[in-house]
Amino acid sequence: MGRLAPSAAEVARRIADQEISCEDRVASRLDRIPRMDKDVHAFLSVAKDEALEKAREIDKRVRRGEKVGRLAGITIAVKDNICVRGMPATCGSKILEGFRPPYDATVIERIKAQDGIIVGKTNMDEFAMGNTTQSGAYGPTRNPWNLERVPGGSSGGSAAAVAGGMVTLALGSDTGGSVRCPASFCSILGLKPTYGAVSRYGLIPYANSLEQVGPMARRVEDLSLLYEIISGHDPKDSTTSRRTAPHGRRPAGVKGLRIGVVKELFGEGTQKDVSRLVLDATGELEALGAVVGDARVGNLGYALAAYYIVAMAEASSNLSRYDGVRYGASVEKGNADWNEAFAATRTECFGAEVKRRIILGTFVLSAGYYEAYYLKAEKARDLIRREFERAFKKFDVLLGPTMPVLPPKIGEKVTPLEDYMIDVNTVPANLAGFPALSLPVGFAEGLPVGMQLMAPHFEEERLFTVAASYEVRA
Amino acid sequence: MKGRDDAAAGVTIGLEIHCQLTALKTKLFCGCSSDYRGREPNELICPVCFGLPGTLPVLNAKAVEYAIRIADALGCKVAAETTFYRKNYFYPDLSKNFQISQYDKAGGVPIASGGSVQVGGKKVRVRRIQLEEDPGKLTYEGTIEKSSYSLVDYNRAGIALVEIVTEPDFGSAKEAKVFLETLRSTVEALGVSDGELEGAMRCDANVSVSGGGRVEVKNISSFKEVEKALNYEVLRQGTFAGTGPGAPNETRHWDERRSITISLRLKEGEQDYRYFPEPDLPAVSIGAEFLETVRRATPEVQGLRAERYARDYHLKPQVAGELSRDEALSRFFEETWKTFDKPTEIANWLIGEVRGAVRSRLVGESPPVTPAGLSELLAMLDGGELTRPQARELFREMVSTGRRPSELTKGKAGPAIDEGSIAKVVSRLLSEGGAASDAKKNPKAFNYLIGQVLRLEPGADPKVVAKTLARMLKQE
Repeated sequence: MGRLAPSAAEVARRIADQEISCEDRVASRLDRIPRMDKDVHAFLSVAKDEALEKAREIDKRVRRGEKVGRLAGITIAVKDNICVRGMPATCGSKILEGFRPPYDATVIERIKAQDGIIVGKTNMDEFAMGNTTQSGAYGPTRNPWNLERVPGGSSGGSAAAVAGGMVTLALGSDTGGSVRCPASFCSILGLKPTYGAVSRYGLIPYANSLEQVGPMARRVEDLSLLYEIISGHDPKDSTTSRRTAPHGRRPAGVKGLRIGVVKELFGEGTQKDVSRLVLDATGELEALGAVVGDARVGNLGYALAAYYIVAMAEASSNLSRYDGVRYGASVEKGNADWNEAFAATRTECFGAEVKRRIILGTFVLSAGYYEAYYLKAEKARDLIRREFERAFKKFDVLLGPTMPVLPPKIGEKVTPLEDYMIDVNTVPANLAGFPALSLPVGFAEGLPVGMQLMAPHFEEERLFTVAASYEVRA
Repeated sequence: MKGRDDAAAGVTIGLEIHCQLTALKTKLFCGCSSDYRGREPNELICPVCFGLPGTLPVLNAKAVEYAIRIADALGCKVAAETTFYRKNYFYPDLSKNFQISQYDKAGGVPIASGGSVQVGGKKVRVRRIQLEEDPGKLTYEGTIEKSSYSLVDYNRAGIALVEIVTEPDFGSAKEAKVFLETLRSTVEALGVSDGELEGAMRCDANVSVSGGGRVEVKNISSFKEVEKALNYEVLRQGTFAGTGPGAPNETRHWDERRSITISLRLKEGEQDYRYFPEPDLPAVSIGAEFLETVRRATPEVQGLRAERYARDYHLKPQVAGELSRDEALSRFFEETWKTFDKPTEIANWLIGEVRGAVRSRLVGESPPVTPAGLSELLAMLDGGELTRPQARELFREMVSTGRRPSELTKGKAGPAIDEGSIAKVVSRLLSEGGAASDAKKNPKAFNYLIGQVLRLEPGADPKVVAKTLARMLKQE
């Protein structure tokens, strides 16, 4: 474990015991941001003064002998589609320029209640629509491991901030892989929780029925700590579950755990190095005592199409509120009727990919097409959920590569379809709602490769166990 | 004139009524106060009803309960599981540019459907009942056609609405109006909505005449306007009959000030609202147990109460009907009856004396006159301590001062005004001359004198005054 920095829990303990000052700790982290970020561009906004002020307040409370939270002194970066009161929340879009939400997302409230230090908001693909973090209105984020490469997306800013050591923890959001993809490309850990495990209140929606806020970290212990803090029922989000099971039922280790390698996740587009590293890691789990077998999951061929139809349909409705009337950017258009004024703002302030998805989403919901697209996609979704439920009867955990490819070069020309194709392994977890975690399993050509672990609904603890066993292996 | 005989002209009218659940304290999906009337614009808004990104709706459970009460009263079947859908359209009064509503197609299940009620001897079928959020309110500068800007107030955005859709079962504006009045008294009796509040009940109507197109008339803001708007529309569409294919499919707007409908847009098929299931609200299960709880707490509706009043209190059917239509006065009636055992007297008093402004004060918070106060007054009247005019006067004093009759009459010399004191006033007036001099021959002057006496002695019985005056004039 020597290669790992002290865990977040350890840092918080040292601060609580006055071994180190919270202010010093936070200041040293904040100092790193400008040095790293001039190349990486992970952050869209940094709240340095607020972070230091909060740190000093924690020190004061410690000196007064008061209890401090489990995240005391831990620096956290937040994706720019999660609302933090008073901080910008652009979603990487011009259309939300100037918008500062007057409220905290529930996940932020919970982090603040544990004295976590929110240092800033991170870059993303516009409205989380992408997997490279270069489609936003504020320029691309670069991969800290190789500045010519994308960090993945859409939570690329959060992943790069963690990977670059600018923060200890980060929050991303995962609609079709947006936490796991950048975690994989940046060689960190990222979790897409079970649908309904984490409140979406304050997460600016892309596709409500698919997405969850997810934690990102460099070590499993920190990942599970942040997950534990942000998860749980929220009266403000009717889709959160009242189940409290996920915590405290962690299996002791991987010994005897049935792990299924999903053949279908090693499709023809999968790069050889990626397959090799993932299978090597699987071998190591087997060496640790896991029972590894081949798993088959049928009908995955429908997953991408079903995912994009549902996501775009919901997005087309979610994004209609940005009309320039109440908040955000507004394009002045003298003497226009409201329809023309709405159109002017939306035409100028949405990027190309967002417009593409709004148009496609509007189309699939239109009369005469709804049954053929949206309802059929929902049927495919049920089918995929059932396929995984069947596979989970035979295996405790399923796995495969997170991304079929190594991080692409920034600015590389791909068609939208090629771009959508690389989400092929991550979208099933969103369609079916089960939890999935990406962990780093090595490098090829100097670029990170991630492995995806999947478990049945609300069995996040299994994922943490497997990832932790791998992390501390010989 | 063709439009007059509506049945012969083949008039078909269906109604879509939007009824605010004004008895709710908060909005349908957030905790904002729903008491928006008379407030400054955009005072009662929060991130949820203002549609800020990232906020989520949370269903007001009481709204479900109230919608079920209405569904039961209209004979509808309540769904075991109901779903919310998004109705997508851009409009500045919608803070999200979609409305959270319900839908009866594409797998959607509204809270209730398939009912029918007997109204004015006619069966009216209710297609569906659904819950939805009210949009904000737009104010135009000048008219909707010519306004160069509009102002929007989101205080109303998110107020709980129940939409009631009837089948096209009405053959005339009059029938539609009777239904609406019955509906209003029903929701009042159910304790879910006060239909008298401005904008609490609004109505759109689909009207077609003699096989012409279906014309939707929007913006009928009060029931007073309904009959006018429908009659106008029937007449207007009637002019197409016999001259061609009939009126075109159209959406029209009722202009209250000019009392005409104006065309908003021609309907080329249905407008596409791109309905789909609201992903932020799970389906709501309505279990048998919940239904039972709701039904136990539901007040009886007007028709049943009218029957009970006629049977148990021996009120005349017309009196029973009128009284029972008013939820608040019905409660007042029953409460008064507990201490004064003459129901007909109470009922007559309530529907005769208590009108308009007096009614609103009687049913408000801490009313000046309580059932106990009225009971005391009626007992005094019954016991001969007061004449009827005196009782009326005393009642008015009770309303304005908020004091009990015993308090008000205390210290006043002999409550009933006797003939002696009337005679004194009369003789004083007669001695002053003027009108008194020709009162003997001129009935107008006679009546004028009676008025003068009553002005000076408000408690006097006019009959006694007339008798005394006649007697004293004869003596002169």
